[in-house]
Amino acid sequence: MPEAATIQDLEKRAATIRRHVIAVAAEHMCHAGGALSAVDVMAALYFGVMNVDPKDPARPDRDYFILSKGHGSLALFATLSERGFFPVSMLASFEQAGSILAGHPTLKVPGVELATGSLGHGLPVATGVALACKVSGDANRVFVMMGDGELQEGSVWEAALAAPRFALDNLTAIIDRNGFQAFGEVERIMPLEPLADKWHSFGWRVIEIDGNDMAQVVEALGQPPQSERPTLVLARTVKGKGVPCLEGSPRAHFTRLTPEEAAEALQGLTS
Amino acid sequence: MSLYDNVKSLPALLLELGEANPDLFVVSQDMGSVGPFVERFPQRAVDVGITEQNLIGVAAGIALRGKLAFVYGMAPFVTMRGFEQIRTDLAYNSRNVKILAVFCGLAAGAWGATHHAIEDIALMRAIPGMTVIVPGDGHEAEQAIRAAAALPGPVYVRLGAFLPVHDEDYEFRTGRAVTLRAGSDAAIIATGTMVHPALQAHDRLKARGIEARLIDMHTIKPLDLAAVESAADETGRIVTVEEHSIIGGLGAAVAEVIAEKGAGRLARVGIRDTFCTEVASYPELCAIHGLTPDDIEAAVVSLLDGTR
Repeated sequence: MPEAATIQDLEKRAATIRRHVIAVAAEHMCHAGGALSAVDVMAALYFGVMNVDPKDPARPDRDYFILSKGHGSLALFATLSERGFFPVSMLASFEQAGSILAGHPTLKVPGVELATGSLGHGLPVATGVALACKVSGDANRVFVMMGDGELQEGSVWEAALAAPRFALDNLTAIIDRNGFQAFGEVERIMPLEPLADKWHSFGWRVIEIDGNDMAQVVEALGQPPQSERPTLVLARTVKGKGVPCLEGSPRAHFTRLTPEEAAEALQGLTS
Repeated sequence: MSLYDNVKSLPALLLELGEANPDLFVVSQDMGSVGPFVERFPQRAVDVGITEQNLIGVAAGIALRGKLAFVYGMAPFVTMRGFEQIRTDLAYNSRNVKILAVFCGLAAGAWGATHHAIEDIALMRAIPGMTVIVPGDGHEAEQAIRAAAALPGPVYVRLGAFLPVHDEDYEFRTGRAVTLRAGSDAAIIATGTMVHPALQAHDRLKARGIEARLIDMHTIKPLDLAAVESAADETGRIVTVEEHSIIGGLGAAVAEVIAEKGAGRLARVGIRDTFCTEVASYPELCAIHGLTPDDIEAAVVSLLDGTR
């Protein structure tokens, strides 16, 4: 684990990562909204919580992060590059011909544990990683982030049954509850509430937070494993967080920013 | 021909492999019958219940942690409900997971078409990076499972209720077809449970003066192209035989090779693009759907007569 980062340090990291996302979104259409909502959790994980080594991404004692909502890849790539897994300058090639940075995470990208994109895959795989670690007596922690729309996939609930069954207290699932899926509000298209109750009833330890409040994020993710139950962090977030014209807007899912919109957002982040 | 013939030796084999390799996990789905492995290595015997997507995902995660995962499950459900997980979590992510599938083809008999797997080879074969092995008897199956454990990446092993085909000294090599009988009038290329009836058909043809080459094509992917091409060149007439739909399986794989090569004629013995809805035992269903030595013999004769 890195030296204890202060909440202010992590907030600055999050602002830097958001700037990277905004820079790409100002160039071309991308899944900006669901990347921006997830930035604070990723900044907290990679700069404050997880044990990772950019020089040796596969070292056996590392903690694992799986981005199950693969369309949030831009936030993950920005975080990984900021953490030193690859040069920040590569971010400009996102989704461009010849780049290793596709629209969804792939194993070509240093630091990516699982190629994702199709929804509902991350939690079962994270369950397997956590199970293998637990059986071997290894202390690695395993984190997986899902979108809230993603929870409509049945495979999520198969794994939601399994992780408590195997007492995987080394597993933390995070829901980026930004409220929107591709074509509208999750609660209108296929409602999930009462969401915390669902996970609680499946046997998870549930922690509800404001997922864009760094102090709350660090408090929730930094808690050590306990009680032989997996942890579910229900992170209520704002889609498009940090970009005023996108915040809470259905447009945020897949969009391009005008130069004015990008400038306004960047100004807000630096001030 | 009991449904469970093949399963009897599997628990002992998994126990042996698990004793030799402390990183070997067996992930199953309410199958119950991996027997002694469960008792000996309860922590490495993972039963995820009736959750096929989760089954494959969990196995992929175990492999992501550097372990070797054997998935043990029912072919129709594992391959179809877990298809995208096999494609994406195992193949696209290059994970070291071996799927041991039982209840293949029509093995489930009178349980009905929900429990038949007649598309699994087609599905698995279409996935980049998959190895697809369809052993012809228990001896070959045991060696195929050992070989799968040593191969990198995902492997699908299709198990069935086998009758003996190979000698004790037989050696399995992945991707290398076995010519069981020489011959140049025609070539029978069979896979899995159909190798045994093909052997019977060969003997009947021989009694009629027809020298048919008999090839056990135990690996569907990567296909032994040289064996198919030489069969096409040297006999000109090929009959494929499989307990699977004629669409997408062995017959299709061979058709692709000889069509591109532009040599040889082909007849496919298999399930003719239909659900097998008759209530009947496994052998009876095989007979109804044209999977007997008689059917294979007739296919060869018909091809030689030029009536096809």
